[in-house]
Amino acid sequence: MSNDKFVIGGHEFDSRFILGSGKYSLSLIEAAVKYAGAQIITLAVRRANTKEKENILDYIPEGITLLPNTSGARNAEEAVRIARLARELGCGDFVKIEIMRDSKYLLPDNQQTVKATEILANEGFVVMPYMYPDLNTARDLVSAGAAAVMPLASPIGSNRGLATKDFIRILIDEIDLPIIVDAGIGAPSQACEAMEMGAAAIMANTALATAGNLPLMAGAFRKAIEAGREGYLSGLGRVLTRGAEASDPLTGFLRD
Amino acid sequence: MDNSFFVDSGALSPEALERKHRLETDPSSRISHLEYLPGMEIIQSDTCKNVMNHVGSYDYSSFTAKDVLRALEKDVCTVEDFKALLSPAAEPFIEKMAQRAREETSRHFGNSVYIFTPLYIANYCENYCVYCGFNCYNNIRRMKLSYEQIENEMKVISSSGMEEILILTGESRGKSGVEYIGEACKLARKYFRLVGLEIYPVNTDEYEYLHKCGADYVTVFQETYDVDKYETLHLYGHKRVWPYRFDSQERALMGGMRGVGFSALLGLSDFRKDALATGLHVYYLQRKYPHAEMSLSCPRLRPIINNDKITPLDVHEKQLCQILCAYRIFLPFAGITVSSRESARFRNGIVKIAATKVSAGVSTGIGDHESKYTGKKCSGTEGDEQFEINDSRSLNEMYGDIAAGGLQPVLNDYLYV
Repeated sequence: MSNDKFVIGGHEFDSRFILGSGKYSLSLIEAAVKYAGAQIITLAVRRANTKEKENILDYIPEGITLLPNTSGARNAEEAVRIARLARELGCGDFVKIEIMRDSKYLLPDNQQTVKATEILANEGFVVMPYMYPDLNTARDLVSAGAAAVMPLASPIGSNRGLATKDFIRILIDEIDLPIIVDAGIGAPSQACEAMEMGAAAIMANTALATAGNLPLMAGAFRKAIEAGREGYLSGLGRVLTRGAEASDPLTGFLRD
Repeated sequence: MDNSFFVDSGALSPEALERKHRLETDPSSRISHLEYLPGMEIIQSDTCKNVMNHVGSYDYSSFTAKDVLRALEKDVCTVEDFKALLSPAAEPFIEKMAQRAREETSRHFGNSVYIFTPLYIANYCENYCVYCGFNCYNNIRRMKLSYEQIENEMKVISSSGMEEILILTGESRGKSGVEYIGEACKLARKYFRLVGLEIYPVNTDEYEYLHKCGADYVTVFQETYDVDKYETLHLYGHKRVWPYRFDSQERALMGGMRGVGFSALLGLSDFRKDALATGLHVYYLQRKYPHAEMSLSCPRLRPIINNDKITPLDVHEKQLCQILCAYRIFLPFAGITVSSRESARFRNGIVKIAATKVSAGVSTGIGDHESKYTGKKCSGTEGDEQFEINDSRSLNEMYGDIAAGGLQPVLNDYLYV
């Protein structure tokens, strides 16, 4: 399995678990990264925009790739400004675009996301847009220069799992970019299921933050994601939808 | 009218006293509380009608334990469920409500608790609101900070580590004009990441100006949504105009502010109806402005200088907790601020259930942060306080207490874009 790399924007990773850093205490980040085996961690640029006391950047272990997100942006223009600030803060070239025009459900604005993706991809960012799983938007994101597509599984923070499963499957089938399932994955089993479907990676935050034991849950997710990946790579066995397979073929009567 | 609010100062001239008494006793001496004054912008909005239709017909005694339990079992809390949760029938289920509220808080905010501090830059006021320490007939030391003094106060607060500031004034356009407040915002942007305002209501273009100066959040307390009661408490000044105040948050959003805060001052009128109105005010504006960030406060009446008889009446801690849980369950996405009006014990408990923001290092006086933060002797010219605070913890103490409670103190989670 060691040659099964997760490649994004020309960068190679062994781990397919992208870890969120919000919603739990900074002091737990190190343990979360360790148990999750994560190599990429997201952080809200607005959280990093702080003075000396408790800067989240100080808590992220060495060698971890930062994936700054544009949370707080309400349109493409604001997302672009936040992404540029992330670069200035030394967060690298990766950026996860989050544009929410809705403070209640925090659903992404697909149209504005395509717009911001185009601008930032042209500026050399490795753009990973968070989106509502819609095939047309995903195609537009590919054209706009996205490095991956990050459809939501269910409303952010809900831990409700793969509510949009059928639509994510369409993206996996049709889009030639890594599909990273983001938002709503609440349990290791759900992460495993998404990986078996062929998702390239899983992003989770609330599932860990609200778990009884965060490092233990981080480890459980790691194993589930690995299991799901191996299941996908090995080619899942067929599922019989009804009855058993007839031992005598129906077409046995045919003669040459 | 309950006259425990009325206090006569010996410093008032006989003419002023006579005017005051007339306002207190003769309703015909007061201006209409429903008619806009010249210069007040009127916007087209059905929010008020939507909110007040519910409040008018709200009979909280009609709700039963069954209604409350049904509300708690649902995934999405409807307006009718919210009404049940605010009713007396919900009081025996306070622990169940708290459990549900905690789930919602954790889902939306994780374990983050935001910390901010208020900075009063002036306490002049042109209104006679009978319960408020700043009211124009109350004999207190008045003060308006100069820009230099504002900057000095900001430096002192900023050096404590604080990153979010809420700028407040008394409600005097004459003494603390919009431009004065705008300059204070520009200074604040130098020292703080996030600047909020709690000032007298202004027009959309003025909110737009203040936003450009660096402010991004506007809080306006409606005090009470009981229009008739409001009339008997706000006897004089522009604050008397209830509907102009009601539309403040909407004008602020139209002016480009990122977020708005709402509140009733619990204890002034029927607190269940006021809590319903506050929640619905947020609910309807959120539907109209889905991008906006919404927050709620839940202040209770506190004693003021020259009147220690002012109390929150029937809103005890249990009722306050019930209201906060109901807010959280109905409006899971809204920030909830609990101010230093409440005790440290209550605040330590409620941040684990529903509140997401607390103040620390608080002074409600004018120009006294340096003496309070550093122990430097007062100059004797400081302005008096708006109300007596209950929780005087410093930023460091608050920070430590939040972390010790297993939560995450956050000083900034915001960018001005």
